[in-house]
Amino acid sequence: MIGRSRIVIALATSLVAASCVGGTAPPASAPAPSAEPAGGPARAPAPYTRADVAFMQGMIVHHAQALDMTALVPARSGNASLRILAERIEATQEDEILRMSRWLAARGETVPDPHAYREHMAAGAGGAHGTRMPGMLSPEQMEQLAAGSGHAFDRMFLQFMIEHHIGALTMVEELQQAGGGLEAEIYRFASDVDADQRAEIARMWDMLTVLPRGS
Amino acid sequence: MPTRFAGAALLLVVTLGACTTAPPPEAPTPPVSTDPRYGLEPGWRDAEVAVSAVELVAHRDRPAGFFDPDNLGDLLVGFSDMAFRGDLLFVGSFHGFNIYDISNPSSPTLRTSFVCPGGQGDPSIYGDLLFISVEMPNARIDCGTQGTSGAVDPDRFRGVRIFDVSDIDNPRQVAAVQTCRGSHTHTLVTDEDNDEVVWIYVSGTAGVRPEAELAGCSARPPAEDTATAYFRIEIIEVPLSAPQNATIVNAPRIFADPATGEIAGLWPGGGHGAGSQETSTTNQCHDITVYPHYDIAAGACSGNGILLDISDPVNPVRIDEVLDPNFAYWHSANFNNDATTVLFTDEWGGGGAPRCLATDNPRWGANAIFRLEDRSEMELAGYFKLPVPQTELENCVAHNGSIIPVPGRDIMAQAWYQGGMSIFDFTDPANPYEIAYFDRGPIDARQMQLAGLWSTYWYNGRIYGSEIGRGLDVFRLTPSEHLTQNEIDAAESVVVDFFNAQHQDRFEWPATFTVARALLDQLARGTMGGHIAQWRAELDRIEALAAGAERRSALTEAAEGVAAMRAHATGADARRLELLSETLSGLAQ
Repeated sequence: MIGRSRIVIALATSLVAASCVGGTAPPASAPAPSAEPAGGPARAPAPYTRADVAFMQGMIVHHAQALDMTALVPARSGNASLRILAERIEATQEDEILRMSRWLAARGETVPDPHAYREHMAAGAGGAHGTRMPGMLSPEQMEQLAAGSGHAFDRMFLQFMIEHHIGALTMVEELQQAGGGLEAEIYRFASDVDADQRAEIARMWDMLTVLPRGS
Repeated sequence: MPTRFAGAALLLVVTLGACTTAPPPEAPTPPVSTDPRYGLEPGWRDAEVAVSAVELVAHRDRPAGFFDPDNLGDLLVGFSDMAFRGDLLFVGSFHGFNIYDISNPSSPTLRTSFVCPGGQGDPSIYGDLLFISVEMPNARIDCGTQGTSGAVDPDRFRGVRIFDVSDIDNPRQVAAVQTCRGSHTHTLVTDEDNDEVVWIYVSGTAGVRPEAELAGCSARPPAEDTATAYFRIEIIEVPLSAPQNATIVNAPRIFADPATGEIAGLWPGGGHGAGSQETSTTNQCHDITVYPHYDIAAGACSGNGILLDISDPVNPVRIDEVLDPNFAYWHSANFNNDATTVLFTDEWGGGGAPRCLATDNPRWGANAIFRLEDRSEMELAGYFKLPVPQTELENCVAHNGSIIPVPGRDIMAQAWYQGGMSIFDFTDPANPYEIAYFDRGPIDARQMQLAGLWSTYWYNGRIYGSEIGRGLDVFRLTPSEHLTQNEIDAAESVVVDFFNAQHQDRFEWPATFTVARALLDQLARGTMGGHIAQWRAELDRIEALAAGAERRSALTEAAEGVAAMRAHATGADARRLELLSETLSGLAQ
């Protein structure tokens, strides 16, 4: 799928770009002669906290599972609305993974492999990210979802994704409780995630209520 | 090594491989566009530009104190929204505001820079009162730059600031109205029957403050607390003679179900599991645009677009609501001049994401345009999105804009962040089309930095753009196949005293030959085209007559003739004939 390989390549590119921004390599494309300041990480990012870093690292992994879920939709759901919704979630969260990775890389923080969570989950609720993050599905639930189709899949997908989204909102709230989310980019990013996922939850509830009963 | 670790290994290898080798292989490229706006050379002050049917007549970089040359994308000092009064332009920022003298729009001069941190800095102006929205936690009541700390800080400010700008060189904060969620945006509301007060509708979308910081703020769900800070807007009443006494007079539950009184009325319903209700709802408005002349307002509220009756400004009542069938979520709204159409924008990605990729769904991150029946019912008619892809280096999505007062047409100038400005005609809401544009290459060649046009607004003959990273742009329309000089002249003849984008005033045109000719140019494009040569000749003949009885009676006769033609026209042409007839009658006075 173009989208998934785009993440890996783009992540790699952004990491290379970030680590090249040491003033030693010229910018990727040289602009016309001007008084424009030379490239380089002369920018000193505004202060951020460990809670901000943990939030971004965790959310990358959280988003990755959402993408694993949306990846199941095309082959399993005939519901046109659900397919559109899944596309939107996919496009949004793919991009957000890139944004989060860039934020971490620009600050020299570790960028997690989005899919490392699969091993952690399989091994039990341990791993680098501790207990399972809010709203994340267990391996059994993912298998259940992957085994479904038609209306039964639709219902499971919506219920699981709603819980998953609520989990993301919980992470935003926990970030604020921990005194994070004050740095400008984090603040803006967390606000965007909150606003979009909140609206998506409402739409998913809507869709759940109109699914045929007993599916 | 298990293959699932290959991804991590790839990243590791690439990182360790440092900067000397060729970049990694390109992902499959989307189809390249032939539009000149695709793939423009990057740069801060010297980015390549693509332009059509507008010209850039002035540019000012952000002033000292409002930019960091080492971090062009530092939003904390970037420009945000704008407001206008007389010959003054007020540009908001996450760091305060700047006031420009635009008496000569081709040469704006900075009059005042005022530092007062706290995004987003959305401004409105009414008389000598400047209102500024603040939601970010670093903002202080005293406008200090040292920031705040902790979850509870008595110095923190989140809400709407009110400045007295009677002395433009020395703005004075006279009030700072705190709200539970801060103010992401706000809307100035006026009532033509009341010249003693104005109101401010506050749209708060950020987290609820702890009770210890602001008494009465509750983040509990409505089922637990009917005084919850969610599911409402705040309304501040501002006594014009004593703005320091501005206070919240109401916090209406505009999402409530009128039948059941359920506060979370636009949420589908219960029974979906414990703990679900508190987080999963339309509980906030991003932006509200009021049109006091018609007593209506359009609210872009999370997943819903809502219509409000504001005949009683302190007690707005919801009269209609819509969901987009394509799952767009709306952030702002604009009416056309006749309030027969309302346009909602979907700020997908929040403005910080490149959402104009060739692979992106064209109905997302776009405008959804609705017909407004009887000014009380909305019906989806069509979509408009920037009709050119932009790169991953350019944050891009539908953002703020305003109506260009060309009589007889609905035209809007809109900002698309680093997608530039697009000017489009939505007279037929089902078939909008672009008529002009301006775009620059990305501000940074290596990585996406948050920049681009936050707002582009028409004001007294020019279009002003607030560019987050680059500063102030001023544009002028130029004639094209889509817009004649007469139409431009007619638009430029409209003069207003002040302008706030979320407070729409009805445009009225003077009765002039220019306006009449503009309408004839439009009619020439449609089924009335066969008559136009004759009418133009007649108009020229009448204009050449000396002012007096003969001219007046010729104008009256022409007005009647045009009115009689209305029966043969439909849609926009019928409206144009009506306006033309009114213009000719007006000239006869």
